[in-house]
Amino acid sequence: MRKLLIWLPLVLFLGFVGLFASGLFKPDDRVIHSRLVGHPLPSFTLPAAASDRPALASGQMATGKPRLLNIFASWCVPCAAEAPQLMALKQAGVEIDAIAIRDARPDVDGFLQRYGNPYARIGLDARSAVQMALGSSGVPETFVIDGKGRIAYQHIGDIRADDVPMILNRLKDAQ
Amino acid sequence: MKLILAFLCALLTVPAMAQTALPPAPWADRQIPDPAQERKAKALMETIRCLTCQSQSIADSGASMAGDMRSQIRERIMAGERPEAIRSWLIARYGDWVSYEPTAAPILWPLWAAPILLLGLGLLLLRGRIKRRKRA
Repeated sequence: MRKLLIWLPLVLFLGFVGLFASGLFKPDDRVIHSRLVGHPLPSFTLPAAASDRPALASGQMATGKPRLLNIFASWCVPCAAEAPQLMALKQAGVEIDAIAIRDARPDVDGFLQRYGNPYARIGLDARSAVQMALGSSGVPETFVIDGKGRIAYQHIGDIRADDVPMILNRLKDAQ
Repeated sequence: MKLILAFLCALLTVPAMAQTALPPAPWADRQIPDPAQERKAKALMETIRCLTCQSQSIADSGASMAGDMRSQIRERIMAGERPEAIRSWLIARYGDWVSYEPTAAPILWPLWAAPILLLGLGLLLLRGRIKRRKRA
């Protein structure tokens, strides 16, 4: 017993080395997923964020047809990068609503003028309140909302060109 | 000399990576007039993790989103909401991850049991030592 016990510290040490090594070499996942995926969209009413688009309320999102809810901001660089992909989705017949986070109307207008406007409605969330209610932690993020107004999928980060078919599939699945 | 000056001027420019176009939320950096409520809000904010800079609490973070979270927490405390209700509202959205306060979930039972186990182990060792000394 005593002879075996002598090895205990070494075994513990090797255990810790293994634990730390696996932690070091495992790819770092800092993405925070919303726990609301699969749940109904929280109810909200937001004022209009742009001069030529209507305001957005959660009730308007349950239209019987799946749609996208894009979380963006005029000050956000990756949001400008995903603008062409959103435009492509719109051309594929997808309806996209948006929430502009911590933004101001002149800035949103300028952003849409420069990068195009694929949105049907844009709500202004000046204090990130709806962003928090959605469990979203940054910009850009895109939610797939099914016909009943439930969150079917959350895409975190900008939509790249090769993500577009996947988003279209998610929309089809949400039907 | 001119080159150095130009370089120094370049250093003075404002960083392009902003997080907002707006001034901070009204209660982000302003205390609640009622000290008891402010104490409650502050205690909660110190145990809520910032979503932008993930190793800081929202009380310590300068990120715009942390400011908005502080403001919302103060507003909700002022409206009479209990801090634990706000915590569970956040956990329902972001997961246990967002709270620094350990819960009583089964995965954390070893953590709660560790002090008792270690104390027991220490007592056992102590007993062995005392016995040996008596024999000597």
